Amino acid sequence: MTFLLALTLFVLALFLGIELITKVPPTLHTPLMSGSNAISGISLIGALLTAGGDHATLTTVLAFVAVVLATINVVGGFLVTHRMLGMFSKRR
Amino acid sequence: MGDGPATLAQAGYLVAAVLFVLGLKGLARPRTAVRGNLLGASGMLLAVVVTLADRAIVDYGVIALGLVVGAAIGVVAATRVQMTGMPELVALFNGFGGGASVLVGAASFLVAVDEGTETVDLVVAAALTVAIGAVTFTGSVVAFTKLRELMAFHPQQGKLVRVANLIGVGAVVALGLALLAQPSNELWLWLLIAVGLVLGAAFVLPIGGADMPVVIALLNSMSGLAAAATGFVLSNSLLIIAGSLVGASGLILTRIMCVAMNRSLVDVLFTQLAAAGGGLDPDDIYGGRIKSTSPEEVALMLDDADRVVVVPGYGMAVAQAQHAVRDLTRSLEDRGTEVVFAIHPVAGRMPGHMNVLLAEADIPYGQLVEMDDANPTFARTDVAIVIGANDVVNPAARTDPDSPIAGMPIIDVDQARTVVVVKRSLSPGFAGIPNPLFAADNTVMLFGDGRDAVVDITKAMADV
Repeated sequence: MTFLLALTLFVLALFLGIELITKVPPTLHTPLMSGSNAISGISLIGALLTAGGDHATLTTVLAFVAVVLATINVVGGFLVTHRMLGMFSKRR
Repeated sequence: MGDGPATLAQAGYLVAAVLFVLGLKGLARPRTAVRGNLLGASGMLLAVVVTLADRAIVDYGVIALGLVVGAAIGVVAATRVQMTGMPELVALFNGFGGGASVLVGAASFLVAVDEGTETVDLVVAAALTVAIGAVTFTGSVVAFTKLRELMAFHPQQGKLVRVANLIGVGAVVALGLALLAQPSNELWLWLLIAVGLVLGAAFVLPIGGADMPVVIALLNSMSGLAAAATGFVLSNSLLIIAGSLVGASGLILTRIMCVAMNRSLVDVLFTQLAAAGGGLDPDDIYGGRIKSTSPEEVALMLDDADRVVVVPGYGMAVAQAQHAVRDLTRSLEDRGTEVVFAIHPVAGRMPGHMNVLLAEADIPYGQLVEMDDANPTFARTDVAIVIGANDVVNPAARTDPDSPIAGMPIIDVDQARTVVVVKRSLSPGFAGIPNPLFAADNTVMLFGDGRDAVVDITKAMADV
């Protein structure tokens, strides 16, 4: 992927993100933040690719720690968001 | 093209990106939020599965161990956390995401140098990744410790830290250029990470409690941008798209929080609220004008009321008074009184925090009213009850152009017929200024612990 193509994706996704989120009601700010936070754990993909490769020990150790941190972010983030949203829906 | 597993992974990433977009769209609407979160989670699961099929991966042992350990910690943290502790947890998860980006950026950079494939694009992207990721990591960890109140901070140290911050930003740029000039010298990479880590801590340290919602939102945005930068290092479309989406959503929340406090982002990051007091002497404002009341008197007022508005602040959560408030609400509703909650956007420690706290106490979200919708209704409100809120109901924001909070949007409780303020003492809020509301003719103060006071009012109501 060329740098310019990558930059294109980045900028378009930025605009898309702004359009998607602009009118979110305050009730949902916290779940939105923790849910989007879980999505930012997407670094997990990079961590997996690096951790599983045939690399020097230092690289593998760094990538292993990255897998752990990103997985906490992803699993914990989606789960806690689900828990919070459950509280909103259990109203009388 | 035509390269089996790689094409499969690309196709999977496309589907995952679509799921993330639909997920975020869902999270922005109450009815679809649960489904949105599940869509986001399935996108992530799909991305992980197609990645594991990538043939660059030769060793699954390390990966399996990392996934199991991470998932176990994540599950325990997510199921145990109290709703009052949500800002800390989100800050911590955020920091972990930033930390992961630093490590992936550093590891990929080392691999590229090892294989002699370090292009200018890659080095720039790697430098940005480790710098943003490192700032996000320590910034989030410091935010976590501040929110947990493990760390106090003396504002007079703020100036020094801010000068250090500017030097730190310069050092990051210089080290990034050094890395670009000499990619094979690993030292520049490690120094860049180290300075980034220090900078992150120094940038959050001087920020006061009132500005925490802004900082949390900003760090949320940065963790997304760090992930996107990692995508540039790895030439991975999904990391770029997902990271960018999160970066944008965090930026919007940051803006909403800044508007709610009438502060620019630059103000939040680089200036403190004006020195405590702002020249106003609390005695001039309060002297002889404070009327203290009792739970029994409040119960009588509420008995007469047709419409009651509750204005909760973070102090209500600190006193664990939300369930007591719900009981009072129910007993009022049983008498046919209309009760709504007016919520200031920065009422909690993170955006939307107060709504979550009230939802946990089974208060239906239909009863939670936004500041802008609540304000026009105070003129026809009989009693406004302020619990654990201070600066967000301070009329000085409207009336005193010299006040440190001048122009900040506030909840206009002073326009209700009677205002009951439940508070421990007359001590100032985050802004450190006296509140003329407490001395207003239509205000009575009910001094004491938030929960005890509300429980006593509810009891007294039963006897009316």
